[in-house]
Amino acid sequence: MRNFLSEKVLNIKPSGIRRFFDLASTTEGVISLGVGEPDFDTPWHIREAGITALQQGKTFYTSNSGLPELKKAICSYTLRHTGVEYNPDNEVFVTVGGSEAIDLALRAVINPGDEIIYTDPSYVSYLPCIELADGVPVPIKLKNENRFKLTPDELENAITEKTKALILAFPNNPTGAIMTRDDLEALLPIILKHDLLVITDEIYSALTYGREKHTSISSLENMKERTIVINGFSKAFAMTGWRLGYAMGPKEIISQMIKIHQFAIMCAPTTSQYAAIEALNNGDKDVENMRDEYDRRRRYLYNELKEMGLSCFEPEGAFYMFPDIRQFGMTSEEFATKLLNEQKLAVVPGDAFGGSGEGFIRISYAYSVSELKEAVRRLNLFIASLK
Amino acid sequence: MEKSLELKLLDILSSNSRLTPEELSVMLGVDENEIRQTVDRLEKEKVICGYNTLIDWDKVHDDDVTAMVELRVTPQGGEGYDKLAEKISSFPQVDTLYLMSGAYDFLVTVRGRSIKEVSLFVSGKLAQIDEVQSTTTHFTLSKYKELGVLFKSKKTDERMLVSL
Repeated sequence: MRNFLSEKVLNIKPSGIRRFFDLASTTEGVISLGVGEPDFDTPWHIREAGITALQQGKTFYTSNSGLPELKKAICSYTLRHTGVEYNPDNEVFVTVGGSEAIDLALRAVINPGDEIIYTDPSYVSYLPCIELADGVPVPIKLKNENRFKLTPDELENAITEKTKALILAFPNNPTGAIMTRDDLEALLPIILKHDLLVITDEIYSALTYGREKHTSISSLENMKERTIVINGFSKAFAMTGWRLGYAMGPKEIISQMIKIHQFAIMCAPTTSQYAAIEALNNGDKDVENMRDEYDRRRRYLYNELKEMGLSCFEPEGAFYMFPDIRQFGMTSEEFATKLLNEQKLAVVPGDAFGGSGEGFIRISYAYSVSELKEAVRRLNLFIASLK
Repeated sequence: MEKSLELKLLDILSSNSRLTPEELSVMLGVDENEIRQTVDRLEKEKVICGYNTLIDWDKVHDDDVTAMVELRVTPQGGEGYDKLAEKISSFPQVDTLYLMSGAYDFLVTVRGRSIKEVSLFVSGKLAQIDEVQSTTTHFTLSKYKELGVLFKSKKTDERMLVSL
């Protein structure tokens, strides 16, 4: 029998976190600060809308691009929060999570050999999805000193004549960094000069702390026509398991993404779509409350890390912190493994997110303050033992 | 302190009264002294009425009994319900006292060491009050949730331990 597997697929590096995850799940009494999803349950009224949809027998396919009512609600929500107006008829469609939208965006725009720039450290899916679509991934190594923001110089230096698109992901997983309006505007001249497409993954946009609200690059001048905005319900509305997201952009690109979606997926889950309509129409207060709660934890945790002597820039988005552990003379994986073994505390080694993550660890604060307190206590003991 | 911040402070304290002023000041981004002053004021104004500890007494002794007693009353001498409520509240066995709409007037939560003890209190003390017309006693069989805290079904974190 011959080998049936695709060369391309075999060459994709498996997620580096697997080994660590196996270790963490087999160790007794572990507190994990390693999750990437909210600790809140989906707000009750949203769950109810899903349950009602099931009871009413809404169990059939929806149109490929999603329920018309949902698309309208998404556009209305987007206008409310980013000031950008999209046409629900042809500039938006509903996907199986933000994950599918990223994958489709890349598959829709990449010709073999096209270079796609993304920031490193990053969410683990960008690189493999670029490779699966026959693109060439070009990571830009971001710096702690720049608060893990992308600078114009860094962007300019990464561009070649093969560069097609830039993936921006802010607020960021794993660093918790954000890009303000000024930060984004600084990139505009370069993006326009090189005629780049921007794919912006804004899944954490509702979780922005600090003075300024989230700015979407799509709202800046001349950007709407060259930006694909990806967002979803997982983080803002605590609907990770419902698998629902959306993409918005120029109708020529969206229609091609819908084409692939239609053949590969048919439509996003119907129950989730009905629940999402309720979320968009009546969920703003819930999002506010969850965001406030995350903010409290963020301040608490950041203060504790400072007191411990762990160097960390103050993150202003998502629910992650990315402290610098280089002072301890260990690799991220060594640090995380030792911490797990000695204090039964799990954090994610930064290099799981790319080369620039080496020397850092990702701590999630999607946990109650009392759980964070216990985790902090253990971390404190560990740090003290290293000094 | 501005109203919305005060509300947030009360919200946090209502579910965790053990947070120190320092922790509260970090979480809310407010000066520690302002936290102390605000809490002091709220205590004086009786907005904050107490800082109790929620204990599952069933785990401490076998013989802890709670009952909810419905009282039907006719307040005497034009004094209304308040004077009567004061009288009933003064009993240490009375844990909570509410004036209710509907088929009865007061709902009293009584705690004691046995069914007999609680029954004797209801018949011997509560029913003996002039204004009390009748009592109906319901004994608590199981406590699932109190003051927003789940007693029995411990909510476990079902998320995957590590997810990227």
